[in-house]
Amino acid sequence: MIRFDNVSKRYPGGKDALQAVNLHMEAGSMAFLTGHSGAGKSTLLKLIALLERTTRGQLFLDGENLSRAPKRRVPMVRRKIGMIFQNHRLLFDRTVFDNVALPLVIAGYRHQDIGRRVRAALDKVGLLGQERAFPITLSGGEQQRVGIARAVVNKPRLLLADEPTGNLDPDLSRDIMHLFEQFNQVGVTVLIASHDLDLISRMPYPRLRLEQGRLLNGDGAAAQ
Amino acid sequence: MRLPRPVHNYFARHAQVALNSLGRLYRAPLASLMTVAVIGIALALPAGLYLLTGNLQKLGARWDGGANLSLFLQHSVDLDQARALRQRLAGWPEIDTVHLITPEQALAEFREASGFGQTLDLLDENPLPAVLAIRPDAAHASAHAAAALTERLRALPEVELAQLDLQWVKRFNAIVDMVRRGIWVLAALLGLAVLLIVGNTIRLEIQNRREEIEITKLIGATSGFIRRPFLYTGFWYGLFGALGGALVVQLAFLQLLEPVQRLVGLYQSSFSLDMLSAGEFLALLTGGASLGLLGAWIAVGRHLSAVEPQ
Repeated sequence: MIRFDNVSKRYPGGKDALQAVNLHMEAGSMAFLTGHSGAGKSTLLKLIALLERTTRGQLFLDGENLSRAPKRRVPMVRRKIGMIFQNHRLLFDRTVFDNVALPLVIAGYRHQDIGRRVRAALDKVGLLGQERAFPITLSGGEQQRVGIARAVVNKPRLLLADEPTGNLDPDLSRDIMHLFEQFNQVGVTVLIASHDLDLISRMPYPRLRLEQGRLLNGDGAAAQ
Repeated sequence: MRLPRPVHNYFARHAQVALNSLGRLYRAPLASLMTVAVIGIALALPAGLYLLTGNLQKLGARWDGGANLSLFLQHSVDLDQARALRQRLAGWPEIDTVHLITPEQALAEFREASGFGQTLDLLDENPLPAVLAIRPDAAHASAHAAAALTERLRALPEVELAQLDLQWVKRFNAIVDMVRRGIWVLAALLGLAVLLIVGNTIRLEIQNRREEIEITKLIGATSGFIRRPFLYTGFWYGLFGALGGALVVQLAFLQLLEPVQRLVGLYQSSFSLDMLSAGEFLALLTGGASLGLLGAWIAVGRHLSAVEPQ
């Protein structure tokens, strides 16, 4: 599903965020990406979502060489990925329903299909009753679940989460992680960047450790 | 007839975005109204002037038909001969009326009008000739027929000089033509102003919705998808601005209607003031909407690509 071949990323100004990273994730696998702040976790996820471009090396997503993808391919690549952010990135002037529906509207789904799929996604994250609520009236954990519903509503084959539990207390964090496990169990590839070692050490998934832009055990995920 | 689904979807999506943009304007009524008013005023100015000069042209065309001829007679022609000539010419079918201005009348008039009274007293004799003021018959009043008549009159032995008083009508028309050309320059400048107004408004709108643009880009929106609502916003601004402009012009001309009727009544004429025609109204709306769309397009092209998700 994801393959990094000797990928390096250098930001303008000379900071090396990633250096010669090799990584392989099979379709349907799940893994955690760990490391200190600034180790390159976010950069690695951004490269997959084409929020940043590789400086050197090759990056494949679902067989497509993203290092060579032209600009117009970017939206199509992003539609294949469900992305979850620490700060949720919801639209606060729209209802929960409209937030979750956004990826479907963008992809041009028909009105009837949108309603059905949005309700299915909200049902999965346990927010079916909150369609008409505005995100600001929800708790942090609920907002994060709206973000997850939005990420999975168009059934992507890959979920990327950047510190999804960063602002949540341990119980809520466990619930969120459990949600990701459920998606993985139906075949979705899941990659979660987190430094919540307490939580992820109790889960049976490989951990990819980044340190100063270098991946210490990239091939560990291939075994999964 | 049912459209194929992709086509139907395409139009349905456009209609939805258009309505959403409209709703967004409606939800910020004061700001939208101010932008629309500025655009309306900018469009009303050239449109109103265009209409005004159009009416002046119409008026000038009518005056073309009211040509007057002046026959300056030879000095050797005495008053009796002049009266006889007047009688003779009054019988011509091409001529409606002939009015004799004697040298004495002409001098008195000149003394009154010029303020050279003292100087004229120094002259031994009246230097002014007798003049026959001729108004051609309606059928021979066109510029061309009047010129032919002037040629014939010039050939008469009693006539020193025959002058067709079309000059001032021509000058009037030339001035109106010039002003009309000036209006296009003005219209171009104000059109540019509309582009800038819409462009700047859209730029601010893009700034205000930065977060929304970033998020939609994050989840795979194409630039076309992101551009569309802003383009529709520009379109609506232009369209409503043009509607406002047309309203201003019509109201202004309604105000003019009554005084113009009164003035025209004084001249026993039947001139009627032209308002915006359906075609001109439509042209104004099309122009306004196009300017709005173009302004939005420029702003979107310049500013949207700068918004990239982090």
